Amino acid sequence: MKILTGNDLKSGDVVWWDGTSWSRHVNDSVDVGDKGDEIIAREEGLRNVFAAYAIEATTDDNGVRPAHIKDRIRALGPTVRPDLTLKPADPTAGNWVI
Amino acid sequence: MYQYDKYDQQMVDTRVEEFRDQTRRRLSGELSEEQFRPLRLMNGLYLQLHAYMLRVAVPYGTLSGAQMKALGDIADKYDRGYGHFTTRQNIQYNWIKLEDAPDILADLAKVEMHAIQTSGNCIRNISSDHFAGAAADEVVDPRPYAELLRQWSSFHPEFSYLPRKFKIAVIASDTDRAAMRLHDIGIQIVKNDAGEIGCAFYVGGGMGRTPMVAPCINEFVALDDLITYSEACLRVYNRHGRRDNKYKARIKILVHEMGKDEYTRQVEEEFAHLKSQGIEPPLAELERIKPYFADPAFKTGLSDDIDRSDPDFALWVDRNTIPHKAPGYVSAVISLKPVGGIPGDATADQIRLMGDLATEYSFDECRVMHTQNIVLPHVEKGRLAELFAKLDAYDLAAPNLDTIEDIIACPGLDYCSLANARSIPVAQKISERFASTGKTGELGQLKLKISGCINACGHHHAGHIGILGVDRKGVENYQLLLGGCEAEDTTLGKITGPGFDEDGIVDAVEKATEVYLAKREGEERFLDTYRRIGMEPFKEAIYG
Repeated sequence: MKILTGNDLKSGDVVWWDGTSWSRHVNDSVDVGDKGDEIIAREEGLRNVFAAYAIEATTDDNGVRPAHIKDRIRALGPTVRPDLTLKPADPTAGNWVI
Repeated sequence: MYQYDKYDQQMVDTRVEEFRDQTRRRLSGELSEEQFRPLRLMNGLYLQLHAYMLRVAVPYGTLSGAQMKALGDIADKYDRGYGHFTTRQNIQYNWIKLEDAPDILADLAKVEMHAIQTSGNCIRNISSDHFAGAAADEVVDPRPYAELLRQWSSFHPEFSYLPRKFKIAVIASDTDRAAMRLHDIGIQIVKNDAGEIGCAFYVGGGMGRTPMVAPCINEFVALDDLITYSEACLRVYNRHGRRDNKYKARIKILVHEMGKDEYTRQVEEEFAHLKSQGIEPPLAELERIKPYFADPAFKTGLSDDIDRSDPDFALWVDRNTIPHKAPGYVSAVISLKPVGGIPGDATADQIRLMGDLATEYSFDECRVMHTQNIVLPHVEKGRLAELFAKLDAYDLAAPNLDTIEDIIACPGLDYCSLANARSIPVAQKISERFASTGKTGELGQLKLKISGCINACGHHHAGHIGILGVDRKGVENYQLLLGGCEAEDTTLGKITGPGFDEDGIVDAVEKATEVYLAKREGEERFLDTYRRIGMEPFKEAIYG
């Protein structure tokens, strides 16, 4: 599947396209097929997001998994600071990245 | 230390208001990201892996206690309670909001700080010896000259759009503590046989994709020509440096391809031309700057005795204090490398504490080291024990300066959008491994440096042991290098062979150290043994 990611203009937070808006959680991502460029152009024009791009991903029992490690780290947060990730209560969450 | 005059302050204040308006226009839609990006980068505001990152300039690494405390307050107020000290003697914040950025710059301006020219193809933060003004072996304090270069290079219109970023280091000792020959220009202040002070110019060094050690192009430039000669070096680069290929745009490529002799010839020709233009600032400006760097009022008659009855304190003194030019004083290094910690990171409370300690114990001064530690440059030996206790209470007393646990590591793939592999977890595992085996002391001086990509922000080329993280089809892989050195005998490390996974590289490092322990002679450091016996014994042990 193809999903979209980018950064929130004001906060800089990593965000993911959920079909209608931008979510902080990669699991909210939807497959955009070949509509990626169109959505990015519209959303960047509306200043809802910047530095947006499309990536390959898969889905499994744990949810959406970006294909590349860099985007998995973006989705979770720094693996060396579990307290700063989106799953601070789970110190093993970094294992999902590898 | 240097204090802004009204012109310095006005420039910084004006830039804050300019950026505030630029940010407002970006948020309102008057500016696109394409238009705004170069403007935010000119103010040190990057987009990194998770958020905006702000890089703050610390000229030649020198900070007052108040400035250091302000950095701690910014970490709390605008970031997530910590900051990251870098190999450029700067600090970076990783979780900045765009709408807060103008306010952060305003807070920095209140303590005579800014983020100008911490990005872009301009002359970046001038770096220097972190023991400047305290070291016994320096010809002069190099910082007034670094400050003069800072003033010359800030907003220099001709050098605001160079082919690539440009980094200058200034030292004044034969011992190089600033990796001077791995800069675009390295300036060593020297004294000639006639007792005159001048500058040796090393041009065209750097790490990254094509690492090179800078050759000396002029062994003695008169001090009165410091700026003019620097201008000539930059002008030739600006004229001929490649703008068609960013990977070949650094001055090291130009000097290499043009040849040192031809580059030098053109610099000398340009220098002769510039001399006729009278661009050198008057010596009166240097004389105005110098008193800001005058020695503090060192006490006399201090004892050199240190009570070493506490073994933990004694070890810290042995490893983390450096001889000082004034009797009864030392420079004390605060390690930002606790076992298993993130090299260079400090919490807001730790940053504020270091500011307080600078005020209380070191004439209100501290320094950021390019090795990602902090120096209190002037500490009375008689007060070291109380300083140690205060540092220890905040987990800042790791006794590991220049040991295998004192690792330089770039932010790597945990934070950096350019990185290919994570650096920090490797550093953490290596420090934990050697702390647990207890070999750190036995290994002595061993400089280990890790980069998460070819850009070499972690100085892996210059590590006695270097590690380079690469991307192998989406999987992190780590190459091992041996024999690098960033000191006065600068050398570039060589790759041992095929890379390893995260745990494999830790094992490989340990095997390399075992070869050293088995083969060393006398007082040899790891680097000395490597230079004597070469790569083969290490490869045999590592790859078996």
